[in-house]
Formats: sequence, C-alpha cells, structure tokens
Amino acid sequence: MINAADMFRAFAKHRGKAIVIPTGTSGRHWREFSQDEKRDASLGGSLGQTTAACFGLALGLPNEKVCLFDSEGALLMNLGIVPTIAGKQPKNFYHFLMDNECYATTGGQPVANAQNIDYAGLAKAAGYSKTYHFDNLEDFTTNVGKILNETGPVFISMKIKPEIENEPIGRRQRGPTPRTRAQIVRDLREATGVKA
Amino acid sequence: MVVHQQAALLSPERIVAEFKKAGVTHVITIPDSETNYLYELMKDQPWLDVITSCREGETMAIAMGLSIAGKVPVCLIQNTGMMESGDSIRGMALDSGLPLVMVIGYRGWTRHGATPDSAAVFTEPFLHAFGLKYYLVESDTDGDRIGMAFNDARATNRPVVVLIGDEYHGFNR
Repeated sequence: MINAADMFRAFAKHRGKAIVIPTGTSGRHWREFSQDEKRDASLGGSLGQTTAACFGLALGLPNEKVCLFDSEGALLMNLGIVPTIAGKQPKNFYHFLMDNECYATTGGQPVANAQNIDYAGLAKAAGYSKTYHFDNLEDFTTNVGKILNETGPVFISMKIKPEIENEPIGRRQRGPTPRTRAQIVRDLREATGVKA
Repeated sequence: MVVHQQAALLSPERIVAEFKKAGVTHVITIPDSETNYLYELMKDQPWLDVITSCREGETMAIAMGLSIAGKVPVCLIQNTGMMESGDSIRGMALDSGLPLVMVIGYRGWTRHGATPDSAAVFTEPFLHAFGLKYYLVESDTDGDRIGMAFNDARATNRPVVVLIGDEYHGFNR
C-alpha cells in the first residue's frame, strides 16, 4: 500500500498547471505539496458526487487538465458516473482513485467487498481510454509523469494506506480554515480565465 | 374541440427554443418515455451537448462543474428522480451559489388535483421543503416561464425549477 502523502509528493512534481481536486481523508495531504492553491478545488461532497462535478468541470474546460483524487467509498456511491465519463471521453480528465478499502473518516469500516474489487478493470470495461493500478510507491512514481501525458479519460487506481479517524467529529483537529466554496469558484475562474 | 386540445400542447420545439434563447450549452438528463422526442430533438441541435447520466443526483453535480467553467447547463429529469436527488440538490445546487435551472417532468400531475400517483402528491411539498422556487409549464403558451426561470436563477444564484405538467401528452409528439 502507498502512503498518501508520498503519493502526492510524487504527483506534485508533474502537476504543471493542472487543476487538482482532492477528496476524503487521504486527500487532505495535498495541501502540503500544492504550489498553486488557485488551481486546487475542493468542491465539497454530496454522498460522492464530487466525481460528477469534476467530470462537468473537465467538460467545461477542455483545454485544462483536471486531476481528481477520488475515494473508493465515494465512487461506490455513484458508480454509474464511470460509464457516463467514459461515454463523453473527456481527453483532459485524469481520474485518480485512492482505494484504502474502508470508510476512514467514520472509523475504518470496510467498504462493500473491500479487498476484491478491481476498480481499474471496472473503468476499463466501462470504456476509459487508459487504466492503471498501483500498489507500491515506486511504480507510481516512475509512471505518473507519463500518465499525465496520456489522452484522457485515464483512470489510475492506487492502494492507499488508510488514515482512520475515530474521534467524534466535534473533537477532531482541523487544519487551516478552508476557503469557502464561493472563494474556490472565484479563484478557479480567475486562474482559468472563465468569465462568469 | 380537437383544435383547442392541439393548441394546448407543450411542444418539444418550444422547450428547445427557450433553451437556445437562454444560452443553454448542456442538458444533463436521464431519458424517459415521456421525453423521448424532446431527447431526439436536443441531440439534433449543434449548439447543445446532451449528457446522459445514470442517476438523477449526478445531474446537479455535473451541472455545478459546468457552471464553474462558465457554461449554462440544465438538468432535465422526472419528479421521481428529483426526490431521489435530495442531497445533491442541497450540496451541489443550493450550496454552490450558482444559477441552475432544473426542468422536472411532473409525473402524475392532473389539473384537477386528484391523482393516484404519489410521485405527484409529493412533488410540490418536496420543492417547498427545499425552498425551491418553481414555475409550472403546461403548454406552449406558458413557454416564456422557462425564460423567467433562467432570469430568476441568474438574479439569485440559486436553482430554480420548471415543472412540466403536460397532462395529456407528456412532451411527446
């Protein structure tokens, strides 16, 4: 399994001007490595709908690379989005899946059939252009630069070490106050030249 | 009498014309039997991208991403799917602070109000519970209400609903 912080460190070297959308417990590490906050977009959650929102963003901004760091628990809530994405073939969409086999934020309960799902196989069968699976950092680090030059949609499944939270939500330590959704939208539009 | 009934139809052409007038770029939809001709008509429009979703809750999220990118999306679903989409309407439409028009087929709607269809019974209470403003469109003569919905959505940066209550014909041929 891959440590999420190490994975983001390796990715950051190849990020370029890509828009990055981190999700879930593992996704919090991205802020340690991002050098371009205005192109980072935490889009909030609605029972796993961030995947669909990022797909919409990629369709709307075809000249920008969109890199989603999805979570398997979230994806399983809306698995139908996979063929929808494959059907539209957004060439600029890079769908990273951080598979820690559990709901880390609610105490580590396993997702359905946690250890036996081939997410990359699922994406390939649905029609993604390219799919990859990594279970060690070395292979990911060697290949991530090449992957980001592939034509999308590309699906990259990664086995990630879970970072389980068990404290009640009110007692959890939080990082810096996140930007509001409105600020994220303003920043992203400014960075990509979108006129509202 | 026949002439009167035909004049009262809501034509797919009118809906598409209103979309074009409002600058719509994308329609995110799950086709159903009532809207098949509308679907075919939309697919024929070179200025319009039709995205077929697998579940209604995805439509609001896809729309949010497109809106951030400066596009003008519409969600086109049925009232049953709207009710299934409650948390997406909350998190991806209401909380986004972005304008969005959702065109909702009003399954079970009858002008006299008596309906055996629970989808219709709960449609307007659902909209009230979410604080969603809505317009009812029954025929071509109501078509300008679609434009009003876009104006409202843009003025308030909120989702606004257009209920399609075509009692006799859906919006089929």
